[in-house]
Amino acid sequence: MATTHTVKSFDDDLRQLRSYISQMGGLAEAQIMGAIEALASRNPEMAMRIVTGDRAIDHLEMEAERHIIQTIARRQPLADDLREVISALKIAALIERIGDYAKNIAKRATALAQVSPIQPVVIVPEMGKLVARMVKDVLDAYASRDAELARTVWSRDKHVDDFYASLFRALLTYMMENPQQITPSTHVLFIAKNLERIGDHATNIAEIVHFNVTGEYMEPDRPKGDETAFSVHGMESDED
Amino acid sequence: MYNPTEATMTVQDTGAIKMTARNVNVFYGDKHAIKDVSIDVRADEVTAFIGPSGCGKSTFLRCLNRMNDTVASARVTGEMRLDGQDIYDRQMDVVQLRARVGMVFQKPNPFPKSIYENIAYGPRIHGLARSRAELDEIVATSLKKAGLWDEVKDRLNDSGTALSGGQQQRLCIARAIAVNPEVILMDEPCSALDPIATAKIEELIEELRGRYAIVIVTHNMQQAARVSQKTAFFHLGDLVEYGPTSEIFTNPKKEKTKDYITGRYG
Ligand SMILES: Nc1ncnc2c1ncn2[C@@H]1O[C@H](COP(=O)(O)OP(=O)(O)OP(=O)(O)O)[C@@H](O)[C@H]1O
Ligand SMILES: [Mg+2]
Repeated sequence: MATTHTVKSFDDDLRQLRSYISQMGGLAEAQIMGAIEALASRNPEMAMRIVTGDRAIDHLEMEAERHIIQTIARRQPLADDLREVISALKIAALIERIGDYAKNIAKRATALAQVSPIQPVVIVPEMGKLVARMVKDVLDAYASRDAELARTVWSRDKHVDDFYASLFRALLTYMMENPQQITPSTHVLFIAKNLERIGDHATNIAEIVHFNVTGEYMEPDRPKGDETAFSVHGMESDED
Repeated sequence: MYNPTEATMTVQDTGAIKMTARNVNVFYGDKHAIKDVSIDVRADEVTAFIGPSGCGKSTFLRCLNRMNDTVASARVTGEMRLDGQDIYDRQMDVVQLRARVGMVFQKPNPFPKSIYENIAYGPRIHGLARSRAELDEIVATSLKKAGLWDEVKDRLNDSGTALSGGQQQRLCIARAIAVNPEVILMDEPCSALDPIATAKIEELIEELRGRYAIVIVTHNMQQAARVSQKTAFFHLGDLVEYGPTSEIFTNPKKEKTKDYITGRYG
């Protein structure tokens, strides 16, 4: 993408598209951090701000999509331009989902703030930071067209899965020992699951960035750490 | 031991290549217009030639049926084969060659004669019809294959030049088809046509694919992407990149190709 298009406004269109993704990514990262912060500080007002803040991401996604459709109709992009436009469309959708997960975490943080704190929640912020970092880095990789950085983010998903697996076991033990705390524990469990899903989405974005930059698909041998997936299955409710 | 897979593979691999060019150079006087180009054209595919104006697409296309022989200053070196036969061999009958490798030009150029005569002319001089009935049959099937029959069947005696541009172009394709060609070369066949007439030609190309090896020069990237299976990108007389169309338009290997098809050229 070093050289510019003969039709200069095409370059403007592509810049605008990248700017949508950056804005959405920045918001999503802030939403994750905010949701975790609200959870850790047991601050329901802050949590509510995060819940309503999700609308901004939804709105941006709509605008980005409209812009992308216009760009395809007007420019009929090819080669790396085509990859660029399709990647943006897919990434926008994934960031929107990440926003939904953050919103769901904030909702549960509101509920948790109403009851007395439970012990396993203290591990969550650590996992939250790990995941928010993945989101930040994968969007940096997008912005700087860095396929290598995308690949490192991609490989980090294993840590998130491991994190989730151990948190899951800890919560299970905790619930057995404290049956009266099942409700708040379940909230924490879903929060962890949401973070794990955000990690997966960041990983998907990493694959898209890699394809966008190189034109090649990343080989699908990502180390899978989450063996608890099936044991949790069926307990998963909405992410919204 | 008989191995059907292996047998088919061999047949396909040798049978599917219709034309080959090896180290072809073309000069117009001192001007080196085509530089050491080697390419295979498959019988069952549409091959597109793309590239900026003056890069040599038409020049190279015209080598494939020796149309350059008619240009006094043109000199062609290297090797070109049709079904393995050297087309620049002294034994090669050029009239026969141009029947086997037909050509459709940018500007539709029907003869100033009736629609019927435009089609009948070729088969007649090549002795393809033994009777008037046979000739009628050839005219009808050619016009049908070119998707023009329904529009002209009641006015075969009207002048070919009285047709619309798009109809004239399909008439020229019917004329090329009428002499039973093996290869059809098209040099920007849609550049003078509106989108509907263009769509009809593209539909026709799709219909004809498989029956004829087709080579098309086009300045319309989307058209190349739509109609062809292989794309060759020429630049200043060089063949820069040649490969599956699906690759060239999503992930070209050469920077020059990318710059050209994404509109970053010059
Ligand atoms: N008859 C000729 N005499 C001298 N030079 C010629 C002749 N025909 C073509 N050329 C030159 O050879 C080069 C290739 O021309 P050619 O017509 O093959 O290009 P092209 O790729 O078909 O361009 P376009 O897209 O404009 O049709 C050009 O530099 C052109 O000026
Ligand atoms: Mg030309």
